[in-house]
Amino acid sequence: MLVITCPVCGVEGEEADFHCGGEGHIARPATENPDGISDDAQRDYMFMRKNPKGVHFERWRCDRGCGKWFHACRDTVSMQIFGYYGITQRPPAALLKKADPLWQAHFEAAKKPSAKKAKS
Amino acid sequence: MSNKPYRVPTAGTGGTVGRVIDRSQMIDFQWNGRKYAGYEGDTLASALFANGIRVVGRSFKYHRPRGVLGFGSNEPNALVGVGSGNRQEPNLRATQVELHAGLTASAQNAWPSVEFDVGQVNSLASRLFPSGFYYKTFMWPQSFWKSVYEPIIRRAAGLGVAPEGPDPDTYEQFNCHCDVLVVGGGAAGLAAAEAASANGARVIIADENPQFGGISDIAGGTIGGEAQSKWIAATAASLAKSGNVHVMNRTTVVGHYHHNYVMMFERVAEHDPNLLSSGAPRHRLWKVRAKQVIIASGAIERPIPFANNDRPGVMLSTSVRAHLARYGVTPGYRGVVFTNNDDAYRTATDLLAAGVPVGRIIDVRAEPSGPLIEAAKSAGIEISAGSAICGLNAKSGGKHITSVKMAPYSTSGRVSGAEEEIACDFVAVSGGWNPVVHLHCHNGGKLDFDQKLQSFVPKPHADPVVTIGAANGTFGLGDLMTEAYAAGDKAGKAATGSKAAKAAAPKAASETEGNLEAIWFAPATGKYNEGNKHFIDYQNDVTAADLELAQREGYESVEHTKRYTTLGMATDQGKTSNIIGLGVLSGSTGKPIPEIGTTTFRPPYTPFSFGSIAGTQVGKLFHVVRRTALFDWHAEAGATWEPIGDWRRAYCYPKGEEDKHAAINREILTVRNKVGLLDASTLGKIEIKGPDAGALLDRVYTNKFSTLKPGRGRYGLMMNEMGFLFDDGVTVCLGENHYLMHTTSGGAERIVEWLEEWLQTEWTDMKVFVTAVTEQWSQYGVAGPKARALLEKLEGDVDFGADALSFMGMTEGTLAGTRVRVFRISFSGELSYEIAVPSHNGRAFWEKLLEAGEEFGVEPYGTEALHVLRAEKGFIAIGDETDGTVTPLDLGLNWAVSKKKADYLGKRALDLPHLAAENRKELVGLLTEDPNEVLPDGAYAVSEVSEKLPMDMIGQVTSTYWSPTLNRSIAMALVKQGRAKMGQKITFPVADGKVVRAEIVDPVFYDKEGERQNV
Ligand SMILES: [Zn+2]
Repeated sequence: MLVITCPVCGVEGEEADFHCGGEGHIARPATENPDGISDDAQRDYMFMRKNPKGVHFERWRCDRGCGKWFHACRDTVSMQIFGYYGITQRPPAALLKKADPLWQAHFEAAKKPSAKKAKS
Repeated sequence: MSNKPYRVPTAGTGGTVGRVIDRSQMIDFQWNGRKYAGYEGDTLASALFANGIRVVGRSFKYHRPRGVLGFGSNEPNALVGVGSGNRQEPNLRATQVELHAGLTASAQNAWPSVEFDVGQVNSLASRLFPSGFYYKTFMWPQSFWKSVYEPIIRRAAGLGVAPEGPDPDTYEQFNCHCDVLVVGGGAAGLAAAEAASANGARVIIADENPQFGGISDIAGGTIGGEAQSKWIAATAASLAKSGNVHVMNRTTVVGHYHHNYVMMFERVAEHDPNLLSSGAPRHRLWKVRAKQVIIASGAIERPIPFANNDRPGVMLSTSVRAHLARYGVTPGYRGVVFTNNDDAYRTATDLLAAGVPVGRIIDVRAEPSGPLIEAAKSAGIEISAGSAICGLNAKSGGKHITSVKMAPYSTSGRVSGAEEEIACDFVAVSGGWNPVVHLHCHNGGKLDFDQKLQSFVPKPHADPVVTIGAANGTFGLGDLMTEAYAAGDKAGKAATGSKAAKAAAPKAASETEGNLEAIWFAPATGKYNEGNKHFIDYQNDVTAADLELAQREGYESVEHTKRYTTLGMATDQGKTSNIIGLGVLSGSTGKPIPEIGTTTFRPPYTPFSFGSIAGTQVGKLFHVVRRTALFDWHAEAGATWEPIGDWRRAYCYPKGEEDKHAAINREILTVRNKVGLLDASTLGKIEIKGPDAGALLDRVYTNKFSTLKPGRGRYGLMMNEMGFLFDDGVTVCLGENHYLMHTTSGGAERIVEWLEEWLQTEWTDMKVFVTAVTEQWSQYGVAGPKARALLEKLEGDVDFGADALSFMGMTEGTLAGTRVRVFRISFSGELSYEIAVPSHNGRAFWEKLLEAGEEFGVEPYGTEALHVLRAEKGFIAIGDETDGTVTPLDLGLNWAVSKKKADYLGKRALDLPHLAAENRKELVGLLTEDPNEVLPDGAYAVSEVSEKLPMDMIGQVTSTYWSPTLNRSIAMALVKQGRAKMGQKITFPVADGKVVRAEIVDPVFYDKEGERQNV
C-alpha cells in the first residue's frame, strides 16, 4: 500500500485514502471539436493507454481529504513516487526526463501545432 | 504401547542441555486424547519427544508417518490441531506451540489414528500418485467432481479441520508508525536495533519466538569476549528499557508491502490461559508503516534428500541441536550426522557431550577440514568423508529407524561402491543454508544466486529496506556484527536526520568454517526408486522423482512445475524445500540454478489467524449501516430488510401470519387502489448551483436541462464515455442557475464524484458548485389514487391542485409545520408525489402522513412493491435493465437522447460501429404462456432448444415478477432485435430440463396511455 501526499491540501495518507484515476493527460476529443472525431480517434481516446513498465503519469484524487484531483509521477515497477503536480498542469521538466520514452514522445507531439490539429 | 523417553538427564552435561526448561515445573497436557507431562518451557514438540513420541502426523498425499523435521517456524511436517471445541485451531506447528497447563492437541490428517492409518494404502499404491496426479486422475466426467472426487480428496488429504462455532476469544488490530522496524531478534537484528536507537530513532524489533537470539545459543562464537547468548540477553533487556525501542517477542512479521507497509502478527495470550482469561486478546495484528526496514530474518537449514528421508527421526541438524540445548531432548538414542558443511559437526559434538552416541558423521565432501572437524575427531567421532546416505532401514511401518546405508559419493552426484550399514535410530542432516528472503521478495525485491552458499541472497531494494546477517548470506559472526551495526546506524540516521557519532560494534568472532559442497539429493543405490522416495517438499509430499517426471512431461518453467507438482505451496511456502527443489530441476535439465529462477514468495510468511484479520470488526461492529430517519419505525413495523449499498431499506412489511409474497401483493394493490407511502430517503440528492449549472447538466445528461424552468423537473439519463447507461433520475430546477439532481440510491456518492471529476479535470472553466445533500432530506413517496386527498388534509401552504402542481412540477412550502419540497413525480404510474422534509423532521412528518391517510386505508410499501409497480409500467431500473453494456437506445429510450446537443458524455460513442449495429439486444416485455409461471431472474433465451450444448443464446430476463395488478406473471428482457419480434414466442431453457415459452410484447404492461398519473 502506497503512501501518497496530496499536493493540494498537503495531507499525507495511505493509498486507501486516495483514488487512482488511471493514466493522466488523456485529451477528450469531443471537448474541442465534437463533430470531427473519427471512429479510430474515439477508440483511442476510450481504450488506448500507454501502460508503461516504468515511470508513469497518473491521475489521483484526494478522496478522504480535500477531494481534489492531481497528477502523480509513479514508477509502475518499483512503486516509487517521484513527485506531484496540478491536474491542469503538464509534468515539470525534471519528472518528464525521468518518465518512460512514451511520455516524452507524447509531449513532443503535443508541442507541435500541426500535430495537435491532425489529432482533432 | 509404551514409548521410551528421549529426555536427556542433566547429570554429566554441565548444564548445557535443556536451558529453557524448568525441570522443577511439571505441566500436564493432552495429546490425541491421552494425558502426558512435560516441563515449563517445553514446546509441544519437545514434550512429545520427552514422552518418546516421534510420529506426530501423517503426510498429505501418501499418509506416511511423519515426525518433527525442524524447529520454530520452519517445521513443514508437524502440523497439529490445538485446543478443543470453538477454540480448536488447525495447522499449528508443534515446534512453535508453547506447552501450558491444560493444553490439548491432536494429530491431523490421520484416520483412525496416527499410529495406524488406513490412508497409508495410498503409499502402497503410490504409483497412482505421480506428479500432476490430480490433473491426470480427477479430470472426467465433470459431474464426478462434486459427488465422487472431491469428497475422496478432502477425506484423504486434508490439512486440519476448522472449528464450527463462534470464536470465544477477542482479537484486535493496531496501526502504528515507526522510524526503523527490525525484523528478527537474533544477533544481527539486536545489533541493528541498538545502533538505530543510539540515533534516537523510534524502533520496533520483532521476533517470532518467545526468546530472542535466533540460533545464537547453538551457533558458537563470541561477542565482546563472551558467549553470544550472554550478549543477546543483555542487549534485549537494555533495549526494552531504553524508552524508544519497542521490543516484541512472539511476533511474526508476516508480510512486507509497498512503501514499507508491514504486517505483524503478535501471539499475545494464546500461550498463557491466565492472560487469556484476564481479557487479553488472543492475537493482535499490527499494521506498521516504517520509514526504514531492516530484515534480519536469518537463514533456514535445508536437508539433503535421500531415500526415505521422511522417516520420523530424520531431522535437520540444527533442529537436533536446538532441541537438545533448549529442551534436553533428542529424537533417539544413537544418531548419525549427514552433512555437506562444517556446522553439522557442532551437532555431533554436542550430542556426544550430552551422552548421546553418534554412529558416524557422513560428509559428502572428500576432504573436510577445519577446527570443527578437528573437534569432532578429537572427541572420538568416526567421520566418513566423500560418502553419502544411500538407504535407510526402518521397522514398524517406517516409524522406527534401525540403520542407514552409506556408500562412496563423488562430486558428479553418483553414489556407488561398497555399502556400509550403520546402526542408528535418528539422523541429523544438513545441506547448507537458505537465507530467509521471503519478506524482501514480498515487496518486489529481486535475488542474486550466491555460489559459495549455493542459495539466493537479496539484491538492493527500491524501498528503504535492507537485509542483513544470515538473511543476507553473511554468516561469520564478526562480519555479521559489523554489517548489522552499520545498517542500524544508517537507517537510524536516515529516519531521524541524527548526526550522532557512529557506535562501534562489539568485537565478535566465530570458528572458521570451510565451504559446503552442493548436493541436491543423494540417490538410493540398487533398484533406484523401487520403494524409495526422496522427499523434497515434506508438507506437499513432493519427491525428486515427481520433479523429474514434471520435467520429462514438459513443465519447463519453474512456475509450471510448482503448480503441477505442488512444490513449495501451502502454509510452508517452500521454507526447507525451495532451493533443493531448484537443485533437482537444475540436475535434470542441466541448467544452472539461477537460470531456473525462483517461484514467487507470497505473504504471509507463516499463516496467521482469521480472528486477527477480523480484529474487533465482528458482530455489531462488522459493518457500518446507514440508517434513514425511519430506520427504527421500519423495524417497529416489522419490516424485512434489503441492503442497498450501506443502507438498509424496508423490503416489505408482513402483517400477522402473512408471508413476504402476500405482503408485497397487498402493498402493490394498496398503491393501485388506495394510497401507499414509501421511504425514498436513500435517493441520491445533489444540489447544483452557479452560472454554468445548466450547461453542466447538458453535458452529463443525454437530454437537455438548461431549458428547464424553475418549478419544473425532467427525467434524465447519464451515460459514461463508452455510451453505456449508468444512472438515471429526475432533476428539477429550483430557481435561476440552481438545480436539484436525483440519482439512484446506489449512485449517490458515485455521481457527485463523477460531476466533480469532469469539473476539475475537463471543464475547468465552468462556474458551478456541486453539493451532496442526500442525508439532509428525508423523502417520502405518496402514491395512489388517494394521494392528493391525503396531502390536502395536511395543514400548510402547498397547493396540490392538478393545475397548480402538474405532472413533473415541483414547489416549496410548509406542510404539517415543516419546510417541504414537493415533487410531482411517479415511479409507479399512479398519481404520486414525493415530499422532502429536513431529516430531523423525518419521522414526525411520516407519522403525520400515516395519520392523515388512515381514512383512505394508507399503508407503507417496501422496495419490492416499488419494483413490481415500476415493472408493471415498463420503467427501467439501473442495475436490472442495465449491466454496464447497455445503451439508452437498447432500452428504447431514444426520446431522452438528444440529437441536437453538440456534445455530452457518451454521445460520440453511440455512433461507433458496435453500438450502432443492428443486432443489439433490445428491451422487450414478456408474457409467459402459462400466466402462473414466473420466469427465473436472468434466464437465458435461446434461438432453439437442443440437447447439445452450447445453445444459441439470444437474450436474457432482466426483471421478472408476479403482478397482482394484472393477476399474472410479467417480465422484461433484453433480446436480440427484440423490437422486431413483437408477438413472437421465445424459449427459455430453465433448471432441470424444463423449458418456458413466452410471447414478446411491449414492456409497458399497465396503463399504456399514462392516464393514471395525470389526474
Ligand atoms: Zn487533498
